[in-house]
Amino acid sequence: MERITSPEVLQKEIDVQTKALEDKLTGKNLKRAICVCAGTGCLANNSKAILEEIERLLKQKHLEDKVTINHVGCFGFCSQGPFVKIYPEGTLYHAVKLKDVAHIIEDDIIGGRVCEDLLYVDPSTHQKVAKQEDINFYKKQVRVALHGCATINPDLLEESLGYDGFKALKKVLTEMTPEEVIKEVTDSGLRGRGGGGFPTGRKWAFAASVKSDKKYVVCNGDEGDPGAFMDRSILEGNPFDVIEGMMIAGYAYGADEGYFYVRAEYPVAVERLQRAIEDMTKVGLLGDHILGTNFSFRAHLRLGAGAFVCGEETALLNSIEGQRGMPRPRPPFPAIKGLWGKPTCVNNVETLATVPYIIRVGAAEFAKMGTQKSKGTKVFALGGKINNVGLVEVPMGTTLRTLIYDIGGGIPGGKAFKAIQTGGPSGGCLTEKDLDTPIDYDSLLAKGSMMGSGGAIVMDEDNCMVDVAHFYMDFICNESCGKCSHCRIGTKRLFEMLTDVTEGRGSEKTLEDMEYLATVIKGGALCALGQTAANPILSTMANFPEEYKAHVVDKKCPAHVCKKLMAYVIDPNKCKKCSLCARNCPVSCISGVPGKEAYVIDQAKCIKCGTCMGGCRFGAISKE
Amino acid sequence: MKIRQEVRVGVESICDRYANEPSPLMMILSSIQKEYGYIPLEVQEIVSEKTGIPVAEIYGVVTFYSFFSLNPKGKYVIGICLGTACYVKNSQAIVDKFSALLGIKPGETTEDGLFTIEAVRCMGACALAPAMEVNGKVYPKVTPNQVEAIIKEYREKESEVK
Amino acid sequence: MDNVNINIEGRIYSVPSNLTVLEAAREVGYNIPTLCYWNHGKNSLASCRVCLVEIASPRGSKLFASCVYPVTDCQAEKGFEIKISSPMAIDARRTSVELLLSNHSKDCQTCVKNGHCELLHVASLTGARDGQFIGAKTEVTVDDLAPGLTRDTSKCILCGRCIAKCKECHGIGILGFEKRGFNTIVGPAGNRSFTQVPCLQCGQCIEVCPTGALAEHREIDLIDKARHEGKYLVVQTAPAVRAAIAEEFGHKVGEQNGTGKMVSALHRLGFNRVFDTNFGADLTIMEEATELLHRIKGNGVLPQITSCSPGWINYMEFFYGDLIPHVSTCKSPHEMEGAIIKSYFAKKHNIDPKDIFVVSVMPCTAKKGEAQRPENRGVDGLADVDAVITTRELAIMIKRAGLLWDELPEEEFDNDLLGEYTGAGVIFGVTGGVMEAALRTAYHALTGEEYGPIEFHEVRGLESVKEAEIDIKGTKLKVAVASGMKGAKPLLDQMRNKTSPYAFVEIMCCPGGCINGGGQPFIKPNLMLGEKKDILETYRQKRADILYGIDERKAIRQSHNNPDIQKLYAEFLGEPCSELSEELLHTTYRADREAFPELAKE
Repeated sequence: MERITSPEVLQKEIDVQTKALEDKLTGKNLKRAICVCAGTGCLANNSKAILEEIERLLKQKHLEDKVTINHVGCFGFCSQGPFVKIYPEGTLYHAVKLKDVAHIIEDDIIGGRVCEDLLYVDPSTHQKVAKQEDINFYKKQVRVALHGCATINPDLLEESLGYDGFKALKKVLTEMTPEEVIKEVTDSGLRGRGGGGFPTGRKWAFAASVKSDKKYVVCNGDEGDPGAFMDRSILEGNPFDVIEGMMIAGYAYGADEGYFYVRAEYPVAVERLQRAIEDMTKVGLLGDHILGTNFSFRAHLRLGAGAFVCGEETALLNSIEGQRGMPRPRPPFPAIKGLWGKPTCVNNVETLATVPYIIRVGAAEFAKMGTQKSKGTKVFALGGKINNVGLVEVPMGTTLRTLIYDIGGGIPGGKAFKAIQTGGPSGGCLTEKDLDTPIDYDSLLAKGSMMGSGGAIVMDEDNCMVDVAHFYMDFICNESCGKCSHCRIGTKRLFEMLTDVTEGRGSEKTLEDMEYLATVIKGGALCALGQTAANPILSTMANFPEEYKAHVVDKKCPAHVCKKLMAYVIDPNKCKKCSLCARNCPVSCISGVPGKEAYVIDQAKCIKCGTCMGGCRFGAISKE
Repeated sequence: MKIRQEVRVGVESICDRYANEPSPLMMILSSIQKEYGYIPLEVQEIVSEKTGIPVAEIYGVVTFYSFFSLNPKGKYVIGICLGTACYVKNSQAIVDKFSALLGIKPGETTEDGLFTIEAVRCMGACALAPAMEVNGKVYPKVTPNQVEAIIKEYREKESEVK
Repeated sequence: MDNVNINIEGRIYSVPSNLTVLEAAREVGYNIPTLCYWNHGKNSLASCRVCLVEIASPRGSKLFASCVYPVTDCQAEKGFEIKISSPMAIDARRTSVELLLSNHSKDCQTCVKNGHCELLHVASLTGARDGQFIGAKTEVTVDDLAPGLTRDTSKCILCGRCIAKCKECHGIGILGFEKRGFNTIVGPAGNRSFTQVPCLQCGQCIEVCPTGALAEHREIDLIDKARHEGKYLVVQTAPAVRAAIAEEFGHKVGEQNGTGKMVSALHRLGFNRVFDTNFGADLTIMEEATELLHRIKGNGVLPQITSCSPGWINYMEFFYGDLIPHVSTCKSPHEMEGAIIKSYFAKKHNIDPKDIFVVSVMPCTAKKGEAQRPENRGVDGLADVDAVITTRELAIMIKRAGLLWDELPEEEFDNDLLGEYTGAGVIFGVTGGVMEAALRTAYHALTGEEYGPIEFHEVRGLESVKEAEIDIKGTKLKVAVASGMKGAKPLLDQMRNKTSPYAFVEIMCCPGGCINGGGQPFIKPNLMLGEKKDILETYRQKRADILYGIDERKAIRQSHNNPDIQKLYAEFLGEPCSELSEELLHTTYRADREAFPELAKE
């Protein structure tokens, strides 16, 4: 590509690439196109080998000139991956295996017949669905932050330009003053997607109000919530939009340098982002005098190194500065005094990815989506005990019920829904009674949870909520930076009390003490991580008091999860005396006489591994 | 432990690579970790000499971030996802089984230097929960009963090499 | 500075806008408890959460660490109110302390910082209750291997003051945070012993440590044992000790010259002889000034650097071993005095030097290591000095013996061969003092006359680096004085690059010199409510003034005019830098000292 030195050249390039991409996807270029999902989920499921196999077969059959093939970012419907999509028809094949590739090439690409057996089957209607947009999972979704994901080749700047890329940048550089950009973003009602929900425009305005020889934009891609992968998918699927968003932020408040801070656990995202930065620099979309204007911008990539707390913005800044990721007290806020002491706005990946969309369609159009105080869309990583595990983007205000049942396809195995945890370790859980709550920042907060970065983990009746709280507390203890006394010692003490509860040593006094300490930490900890650390406890205690009570009063775990409070037992009436359980038992604690005497578990020796129950063919073993 | 000359040269050249970056410590350490698999105190001393950052500070950074390791890891690093999505699908049982069979706790390495168990936080393969990986190879929907076979797979690979 | 209005507990106060809430509250009469906060924010990580206050605004109420919260961010006009005594704030502060206590080894009765513990103090201020939280404790490291100082992580509250202090003074940063979360500790890299890292043993970290996590390595037991064994006990006291010891007995900083009471206490503690290290200081000047003149006249290596400060010598050996030729070979004053006691004094009194036990009372923790150096064994392989105790340890001995400081009479040092000392010796205790003492004698040596004004004010003052050009009747002598290794480093780099313009350089390890040594009484503003708020800025000058005052009142103010020194040379040593002097009073240094000896061995 030639260097893009002016708005005119950019427009020309956009026109050319838009047509090229359109031609590719509609077949006007007289070729078929194959796109293979290369999100981390599908890559883990062998999609790279599938892509290579397709390439190999195309070559073998001499079809290289008639068929284009490339990878794309996440389709979102991860539990059904890997996906292969065929254009121009738009046929979507799911759960493709390596052995299916020959079938696709022979029947579909050469024979022109849809491979029926690879189509998604709607579980409720049992109908085969050929097109992505007809799958229930996608019906209520809107792709704003995920714009271009699963459509464009994330390695090609050309495809980004062909799919709305840099139209917003051109617009701000040629038609808007920085003040107008800030106003537009403020008017759109966009709030930080990283969890806090602070109005993005206001943050920029703060930074704009400070006079400084240097300002920075920092993109927070240190997505640490276990079970959350929104930012990763965006960076993997369309890194260009995020860079564009960062540049617009820079233009808006006068920063000329940006840092991406991305988890080192995301090698694919890192590689694609790095390439995008390099390619943009090559054509002059990053560097000095972008599009011939006075706006200059450079972008850099820094990797995290495995510390959840670095998702906290001031800890993140310390990490970029080569220090331990310990949060700084605020005020001063980073927008006033941030990276290397200079005004810095730390924006989340999803926030920045949304910015170009707002500029393209206008604040008013964007603000049509969502609720009164939460505008636009939000991406969620739906996981846990739910049929359609994956990445979904819905307008704010969508109810949890829609998210879980219409999009998520409900709970697997006919089990009962118990809770949905939003906001990760900092959030809380919501229950049946909250299912009609519209998803927005304020209503989730009012219910004792929070939006968080978008992790949404569904739990069913088999999950013990005390155990879940225990899991999060363990996580927080491990990830506490150790700086402030409340988080360092307080979360440890909470964890110990919870351990007492899950192991039968707790009493009602323990619960009182826990609640007191949790409440104090909420107010007294230094950073947001510490202040929200106790949320999982407070919210599960509020929503499931009877479950806690069962642990401390009856010394029972109703869900049979807490090992010290449950037992495996063999029903002598159902036992067929086959001896399989005894033979499988790793600690030889099951005794009986084959064919004669029903088997019995020695509870004193049992390590509660569950091997016996998993192996019993007669359903004679149960938990109690 | 004395640092071999080529390691010293290698570490110094990594430091030089980032000499023009502002606050390059994290980048230097990431590169060393990637290149050599661990960052012992001796190597931190070299970094300290090159950058002028006190060793205590470097050591503080190395021990803060879980990606940095003071000791060499096993030849096969078994990462078991303990992200929430995997946890609610009982990935703890996978960790326990590996620990029991290999006789080491998460974060430790077997005496023969073959295996390291790591509890990792969300690999992003939530759809494959519970998921685990060995040196980057992902195993989807693992059950405790598969664990023995997975260990065997690598032990056999080793004996073939020998 | 503009003022802003803040609202504390419903009252409006006008306060300077550059203050934090904590400082502003102190201005108007509130003393909010603090722990990690140190010296006007020189260290305030906001990590201990002991200074939490509630700041209420129209948008709601939140707790903030007052030590870092700017008053400009909570102005009364914008509807902010600071609540120090709201239930929320009181609960939170108390919980902070209770949490800290739950991970703290509570052997307060026997703790080395008993009486000086800031944690204990805030526990009382916040009403912390015992046993409120019980649980596991962070894995403990106790390091008592190093000669000068000990570290016990079970008492550390992770305030980070020591880390900041070490970096601020010396720029080497021996201490740092390690690990993460509940496992976090403070220690040298690799959680190694102080003996395995290039620690200077200066003890500045002890001075700021709020608890017993860092303390001096005590040697009182050695003295008790020697006494038990019937040794002939000789004690000598460094000049800086007398400037501060009265603080240990309730006197304000700078209020009392403790010399007379200290001497009478030492007599009552059973020492056979009580001498002044100032005699050793005078001797040092004789040797060191002579060495300097030899270098100047004989085209020797210049500049010459002083060698009195063992912290500095440690630093030099670790980081600037190549500069050994610059360093004076003179032992430090108390080592010289020890060697003279075990030779000249022993001979004169017909005592077997093996039976003499020399105790040095020093403002310094590094002196303990210095006394153990094999290089400092001048007589028959015997250590010149057998035990070194700090000013604080001497105070403990005095209290232990039931002596009431204020009722002690004033007594003189023993006038027995080493009794006399000059004003030049006294000012060794302040940065620039050695330089000034040396100049007084060098002036005489070069010109044959005394320097009229006596004092060289050019080299006085507490700045970390001073330089001056002294005109000795036409001979221009460029000199520099540094205290704190951070200040000294540029001077050393000049020498390394052969661009140093100086002839003579004085280097002291501790900022301000020995009056601020790591063995001196603690300056803990929180525990010294009788002192003014700015005590941390003024205490060094106050102590220095005592020493300059003693100098001023001394009849003899030049080392070479000390009659006992003259007698020593006449009867025993011959002349400065004689063969016997070299044997007894000079030492050698190690250029190959490993910063990480264990690593090198492994």
